[in-house]
Amino acid sequence: MIDRAEVLHVARLARLQLSEEEVVAMAGELSAVLDHIAKIGELDLDSVSPTSHVVEVTGALRPDEPVACLPRDVALAQAPAVSGDGFLVPSPQA
Amino acid sequence: MNDADILDLTAAQAARAIGAGSLSARELFDAYLARAREDQLNCFSWLAEQAPTHAAPTSPLNGLPLAVKDLFCTEGVPSQSGSRILEGYRPPYTATAVSRLKGAGATLLGKTNQDEFAMGSSTENCAYGPVRNPWDRERVPGGSSGGSAAAVAAGLAPWALGTDTGGSIRQPAALCGIVGLKPTYGAVSRYGMIAFASSLDQAGPLTRDVTDAALMLRHMVGRDACDATSLEFPQELALPAAKRLDGIRLGVPEELTGEGIEAGVLESFQAALTLAQDLGAQVHPVKLPHAPHALSAYYVLAPAEASSNLARFDGVRYGMRAEDPRDLLAMYTRTRHDGFGAEVKRRIMLGTYALSSGYYDAYYGRAQRVRTKIAEDFKAAFAQVDLIVTPTAPTVAFRLGEKTADPWSMYLNDYCTVPMSLAGIPAISIPCGLSDGLPVGFQLAGPVFSENRLLDAAFALEQALGFDGSAARG
Repeated sequence: MIDRAEVLHVARLARLQLSEEEVVAMAGELSAVLDHIAKIGELDLDSVSPTSHVVEVTGALRPDEPVACLPRDVALAQAPAVSGDGFLVPSPQA
Repeated sequence: MNDADILDLTAAQAARAIGAGSLSARELFDAYLARAREDQLNCFSWLAEQAPTHAAPTSPLNGLPLAVKDLFCTEGVPSQSGSRILEGYRPPYTATAVSRLKGAGATLLGKTNQDEFAMGSSTENCAYGPVRNPWDRERVPGGSSGGSAAAVAAGLAPWALGTDTGGSIRQPAALCGIVGLKPTYGAVSRYGMIAFASSLDQAGPLTRDVTDAALMLRHMVGRDACDATSLEFPQELALPAAKRLDGIRLGVPEELTGEGIEAGVLESFQAALTLAQDLGAQVHPVKLPHAPHALSAYYVLAPAEASSNLARFDGVRYGMRAEDPRDLLAMYTRTRHDGFGAEVKRRIMLGTYALSSGYYDAYYGRAQRVRTKIAEDFKAAFAQVDLIVTPTAPTVAFRLGEKTADPWSMYLNDYCTVPMSLAGIPAISIPCGLSDGLPVGFQLAGPVFSENRLLDAAFALEQALGFDGSAARG
């Protein structure tokens, strides 16, 4: 079971504000989903190695050569707020 | 050619007609644009204003209009992955899958609605309202590529691009009575796809028939320097031509063809299997012992990857930002509160929990080991048979709102499609009949890079089945 305190802790880690209603619903819904997921706890997997990539990739590295990136004005064009040549955000300690 | 004749053409037939001069690319585009503008299913999030004014040069796809799932970045065109948090976003570049199809001569007709960030199996989790199924408007089209599937089924686009993470191409294709193909992981570049779960996401075609799926796929595949997990396709992709299935061994996994599958779906699946035998296929039972655990593993791995991928939506660089946040942290948390829908929040929470200190080994670590076992199950099965066949989805299209209250009941839609996703293998869904007047999907899956064999077998079966989807085009 996931309780209210755990929901709030995980929401903080995820940088997600939840309304009071959402906190209550989330505790119930996550618990229910985790109950189903818990079934993989019954399998004996001690000698099994975890999958890191499903299809073997070799030679994925390219020569390390500099190439042009997005021009600054293009990169900034979609931002909610800009200041001069950067993204504008509120102060961390207002 | 009149509009009704145009509508009867598959994409491959339309491309040929344009090549032969009996149809112009402009006529084709205008016919589909007119239909798409009258859309009553909420398939589209954006539509082209008009056909391209310059005549397209002769090319393999001859200007064919293409509907594209919203999550593909398209330069200068809204691309929001069905989410409010990307309100107003117009990407500065185009996804490789789209630019390759454009390079082969396709023309962008519109962007299609989807479950937000591809999280869903009904296209009800869309910031712009649910998409409806053209076979019955009170029912869902499946998801997450529901807009693409419904648009093709309803004849609002000749074909469409979708993505599949745990079944998001195959399941809506099944529920809408069309063809959907999830390629081998890595066959198509993921560059420019707004990421959900990077180790699973694959782009693929949603089409009226198997030939169209092959035609689209052959212009999408290949290594791309912008996606380090993309691979060169080892053979030429051919257009399918097989008429028989002689010598093909089809494996039927008992784990995915019994409990939990609706009776009408099973009946339709069995009838198609009998037809496959008439075409010369041998049918063998096979075992995928870990397949019943695939859904559990998937709902750890996919949310875990999503929680990391979606960290980028913080109100800094693109999309919306909450108004007047008091400080930086409040800007992050409030923007994400306002911008994400309920299912996306649920998965971010689930994924963050599964990756958090103290739970990582029990959830993520174990799920990655289950994934290995599932891939091994398939490998063992493919030592005995050429292809594995199952129903694509456990049910036909369900009613809007029927499964939204209970997340796990919605997740069960992916029961037969998730195992292939975890194993990275290709799988195709073709319509095999109707149950209660609604389409049923037949799934064929093969080993890595077996797309040619898969398409050939699907084609032979499709020709024998003779499924008629014209009722959905109205």
